[in-house]
Amino acid sequence: MDFGFTEEQTMLGESLARTLERGPDSAALFDLGTGAALMTEEAGGFGGTGADILMVFRTLGRAGAVMPLLDSVVLGAGILAAAGEADLAEAAASGEARVAVALDEPGQRYDGTVATRAEGDRLTGEKSVVPGAEDATHLIVRATDGLWLVEAGAEGLAMRGYALMDGGRAAEVTLKDTAARRIGDVSLLEQPLAAAILAVCADALGVMEKAVELTTDYLKTRKQFGRPIGSFQAVQHRMADLLTEVEQARSAVWNLAGNLDAPDRDRHVAATKSLVGRVALYVAEETIQLHGGIGMTEEYELAPLARRLLAADARFGDSDHHLERFIAVSAA
Amino acid sequence: MDMSFSPEDQAFRAEVRQFLKDRLPARLSEKVRLHQELTKDEIEEWHAVLNEKGWLAGNWPVEFGGAGWTAIQRHIFEEESALAHAPRILPFGIAMLGPVLQKFGSKEQQDHYLPRILNGQDWWCQGYSEPGAGSDLASLKTTAVRDGDHYIVNGQKTWTTLGQHANWIFCLVRTDSTVKAQEGISFLLIDMTTPGITVRPIVLLEGTPEVNEVFFDDVRVPVENLVGKENKGWTYAKYLLTHERTNIAGVGFATAGLAALKRIARAQVANGRPLIENPLFAARLAEVEIDLMAMSTTNLRMLAQAAAGQVPGAESSMLKLKGTQIRQAINDLTRRAVGPWALAFPSEALEGANDDAPPGPAEAAGATRAYLNNRKLSIYGGSNEIQRGIIAKSLLGL
Ligand SMILES: Cc1cc2nc3c(=O)[nH]c(=O)nc-3n(C[C@H](O)[C@H](O)[C@H](O)COP(=O)(O)OP(=O)(O)OC[C@H]3O[C@@H](n4cnc5c(N)ncnc54)[C@H](O)[C@@H]3O)c2cc1C
Repeated sequence: MDFGFTEEQTMLGESLARTLERGPDSAALFDLGTGAALMTEEAGGFGGTGADILMVFRTLGRAGAVMPLLDSVVLGAGILAAAGEADLAEAAASGEARVAVALDEPGQRYDGTVATRAEGDRLTGEKSVVPGAEDATHLIVRATDGLWLVEAGAEGLAMRGYALMDGGRAAEVTLKDTAARRIGDVSLLEQPLAAAILAVCADALGVMEKAVELTTDYLKTRKQFGRPIGSFQAVQHRMADLLTEVEQARSAVWNLAGNLDAPDRDRHVAATKSLVGRVALYVAEETIQLHGGIGMTEEYELAPLARRLLAADARFGDSDHHLERFIAVSAA
Repeated sequence: MDMSFSPEDQAFRAEVRQFLKDRLPARLSEKVRLHQELTKDEIEEWHAVLNEKGWLAGNWPVEFGGAGWTAIQRHIFEEESALAHAPRILPFGIAMLGPVLQKFGSKEQQDHYLPRILNGQDWWCQGYSEPGAGSDLASLKTTAVRDGDHYIVNGQKTWTTLGQHANWIFCLVRTDSTVKAQEGISFLLIDMTTPGITVRPIVLLEGTPEVNEVFFDDVRVPVENLVGKENKGWTYAKYLLTHERTNIAGVGFATAGLAALKRIARAQVANGRPLIENPLFAARLAEVEIDLMAMSTTNLRMLAQAAAGQVPGAESSMLKLKGTQIRQAINDLTRRAVGPWALAFPSEALEGANDDAPPGPAEAAGATRAYLNNRKLSIYGGSNEIQRGIIAKSLLGL
């Protein structure tokens, strides 16, 4: 049994971390081959295993970097590769193309109900919370009868963008008789979506680790009543619980990484997303609380971490949604 | 045992409800409902409406221009106001400073400041906390040194809520550093327009500049602005804490929040059915509602004790603890109820700058904003950890 990473994975993680220390530069990340590391050999990459995804996204989470890798590569290029769109998949993995994936529709929560429909080769419908849509060169759109590819700037394609909790941006997208090309069945989503959920969870793990470190340092230096507040047993016990929960989240992420291609993958997806979402919220709330007032300020490092953890729970189904999925999958 | 409200109290509730129906502008209640930031003018507008009716200071005795309500009446008013999404009455002048001046202030101070609080001439903020003095408030370092007819104030306050709108600040300052920390603190009223005062806003994690840092650099404050006796400020501050806690549980806010949550959960669809019918969600909702029912009664039991003349003691720490836990649980469920909309960052600052309002129903942005902003409930007013310490020490003798 081996819970470790290959030498290549470790090296990629380290150079990624070094690159991110210099600032959020997505071109530099793609130059490192990060995109290709997230793709399997069949899909033109040199990685694409659960361990690769875990390594890359945990590093991104720790660095608080906002990058197009989740939507454009793991999900976007992943779907394109599965659909046999090799050229575009490679372009997305190398950063040349930007793909946004429009799955959900307004007011449909996480259940995948879709009304967007095709007439001939034209799509009409509304898509909600599409991350990276504004910068995308291509959109993959889930419609009633499958997945469709839409090019940016196509007639009838409109967007209204806004900021996201994780530091990125998304848009509400409207399609009106917009030219599109069908690339395959909705079932093509399954594997890339599982990989994307792993990516979100690994990212959240990195954020949680960072938040715990930040809080621990603060508790050692902040003094009240003449002592570091970390010397109060009430605070120590809270941190001990927190660390234990993060360890649970770490194992949950490992569980999914190791079972991304297993027959019971869906059960692991549900279990991991449910647990990580729950722990992410707990970590966000507790680390704010234990900082006191400073933890609530935009100026301090914790605020973006806490918001990124909220986003991790809300993305691709929250902890309750996946709890129900787990029950359903386990019963089946 | 008779747990019903007296006929007088029921009549009072009806009167409050009618008043809110007649006089609360929908423009204001809509903003409150959606957890949007009220402007200074909007807050003052509501204060003026209440003042005209004589209801701005329910907690003040009639002789000082208050309504002289009983603890139960105050509770009814607060609950009905919250349910109607009325702007909350700013606590700094009405709930905090007023009672201190009435008990410890000079006749001149009472005559000068109290009417100005009621008629909106002054906007007060609370200058207690400092960067180095939060939970350990008594360690505060801002100094006031006597110089003839003035005190010279130097130091820094922080987390000063809505200080950007205030023209006055009541401060705890150190006037003697040779004695035990609590015994060298004085209670000083400071005009914010005095030279040497700088206010710097602090943006909170949901994007609103709700609090401030206030810097004092050789600020000259007339000696007559001292409240009570020099070095007795800690006693006055503690008086304020123990006596103004009827609304500490926030039952009205929780009840209003629960009603709003149910409305959202009825409108949201999960797997083709209203979210409120989803068994998992319904169970979470029921749990918090059951908690609230019990906590409301704890609150009323303590109010009844207060009405019978008992001074609320450490029991109010339990109200603060449970009350904030329940409100935060409701905020959490509301954020969950809006599903993927909660991914949007509803910063009003950003909305203004980029003209990109968050998506979904207006309630969705409000839900995330309230969730983030209300993390403060368990931090301020004595953090929940400090409350637990009080409960363990004062109620259990541990
Ligand atoms: C939104 C907001 C508005 C505010 N408005 C005002 C205002 O208008 N005027 C004003 O004067 N102040 C205001 N405050 C300040 C507030 O009262 C303080 O934040 C609070 O007292 C906590 O102090 P602190 O932030 O320095 O945290 P700290 O005291 O540093 O505490 C950090 C953490 O350590 C814990 N802790 C500290 N001591 C102990 C202990 N002995 N045992 C166990 N745990 C402990 C705390 O509970 C907390 O979790 C406001 C704060 C906020 C967040």
